[in-house]
Amino acid sequence: MLQETTFLAPTSWYVILSATLFIMGMAGVLIRRNAILIFMSVELMLNSANLAFVAFARSFMDITGQVFVFFVITVAAAEVAVGLALIVAIFRTKQSIDIDELNTMEG
Amino acid sequence: MTGFEAAAGDLPLVLQIVIPIVAEIGLLILLLVVLTMDLFTRSTRREAVGFVAAVGMLIIMGLNLVISFAWVNHPFFVENTVLGGMIRFDMLATIFRTMILLAAALACLIATDVEGLGRAGEFYAVTIAATLGMCLMSASADLVMLFLSLETASISLYILAGFLRNSETSSEAGIKYYLFGAFTSGLFLYGLSLIFGFTGTTNIYAIAEPLAALLDEGATSGVLGVVAALLLILVGFGFKISAVPFHFWTPDVYEGAPTPVTAFISTASKAASFALLVRVFDVIWPDAAAVYWTGLLAALAVITMTLGNVLALVQSNVKRLLAYSSIAQAGYTLIGVVALNQSTFGVAAVAFYMFMYVLTNIAAFTVVIVVANQIGGDDSQDFAGLHRRAPGLALAMTLALLSLSGVPPLAGFFGKFFLFSAAVDAGYVWLAVIGVLNSIVALYYYLVLIKVMWVDQAVEEGPLSFSTASSLVLWVTGAGMIIMGTVAGPWLGWAITAAENLTAMVP
Repeated sequence: MLQETTFLAPTSWYVILSATLFIMGMAGVLIRRNAILIFMSVELMLNSANLAFVAFARSFMDITGQVFVFFVITVAAAEVAVGLALIVAIFRTKQSIDIDELNTMEG
Repeated sequence: MTGFEAAAGDLPLVLQIVIPIVAEIGLLILLLVVLTMDLFTRSTRREAVGFVAAVGMLIIMGLNLVISFAWVNHPFFVENTVLGGMIRFDMLATIFRTMILLAAALACLIATDVEGLGRAGEFYAVTIAATLGMCLMSASADLVMLFLSLETASISLYILAGFLRNSETSSEAGIKYYLFGAFTSGLFLYGLSLIFGFTGTTNIYAIAEPLAALLDEGATSGVLGVVAALLLILVGFGFKISAVPFHFWTPDVYEGAPTPVTAFISTASKAASFALLVRVFDVIWPDAAAVYWTGLLAALAVITMTLGNVLALVQSNVKRLLAYSSIAQAGYTLIGVVALNQSTFGVAAVAFYMFMYVLTNIAAFTVVIVVANQIGGDDSQDFAGLHRRAPGLALAMTLALLSLSGVPPLAGFFGKFFLFSAAVDAGYVWLAVIGVLNSIVALYYYLVLIKVMWVDQAVEEGPLSFSTASSLVLWVTGAGMIIMGTVAGPWLGWAITAAENLTAMVP
């Protein structure tokens, strides 16, 4: 028989972790110049929101938060597909994915 | 609340499900038809796919209108959110769906002439997918639906912006739009998770009550949390409507993306985002939070109008000029959103303004497409002497620019008039004054372009030819601008019904 867990971390711990991940992701987007790394940071932000959703869902004993996470994962997958395709397209025309070099249009 | 158990005897279940999403069902069928037709049409004749898509969307628009007018006041729909609480079926959704479908149909029509888009069946398919997302955006009643529909629209638009893979500007527009969009949707989603964390519900009509309780407690952490959620959500919306601190993508994407896509992004996407913004901000924030969000939005409106207009003054590329002008137009529209808390008229003014803006901007971009196709550029000197080469085009562009600047008797005049009077009505006289001052600044750059078309000498002579599709679009939008500007009553009445539907009948 499985041992029941006696210790459940309080929701606030999860929320603090998710906020930390979120800020790391945000900092990554703002600091990094490589499109792929920006992209990974965005994924980190989405997943930090997922973690917060799951933690809140547990504290409310409400499944909606977890269902939301499924949808977010799906959306993130679609975003990855489109984003990588766009990165490939820009690499083919410019031979670079440094976003500082995306300056064909100015004004 | 969810409607499946409540009042189920009133209305057959199938009607409960089908009526609120008849436009989306239609679009899904049209999407499959377009994809199949793309397979069986010869590549030289693929414009036909575009015409099918456009006509299909117009039919769906009409069908949705008829069904909405017949059913929207049914007690079941008035009292409930439908489809498990995901969708709210009301007149506000109808009016915004109408303008989104119209914009999408016109964008498909003008795309049929464009090299690289006109004969690509998948272009129309992705446009329809984006339209589907936008239609759902205007009716979302749940945070899950709200996020999903927003992303359905956004992801399709990223593809459209980068559609011309071999063009450096189009790919660049695509990736810039994508990176900005993904980043802001991350912020937006975190805001939604905070809202869920504070309230324990994702139904937007049930959020206000727990939020109010939280703010009443007055704990600093609670207030800070709500303000953080507000800020994060505002970033998401600010990106979609290109309000100023989040507008950096706008000029580059508008210039780089294929012009029909620019027309589509600047009209349909903005209209759908305003529909969502109005609905969400009207219902989720309790009165105690009004001081925060109205203040923030008013500040956003002022800087958006001012910066958009000032930067538009120095543009030489017409697509960039229209991009900055569209930023400024978003600023004017935000005035109506600020006013919605105190005055029902605010929502009506937003709906009316967006309707006129959709028609006007599509007209302007259609002229840009024809000029760029024939003369080969979209800088303002390419428009020089346009009245001698194509008087109809010059006239249509002039009407569009005058409507954007708010000159009577065009639709833009009433649009601005209603927005500013909503602001005055709600006690924001200073905001209306700033709006009027901005409209005067804006008149300058619109008039400069009009002068270029009518006074300057063309580099080359010779008439420009344009297709039936473009001239049809120009006729429709031109007539729309004049009708909405002269007989504004019925349209305003419709917008007011929509506004009352939103504010009075909260399930």
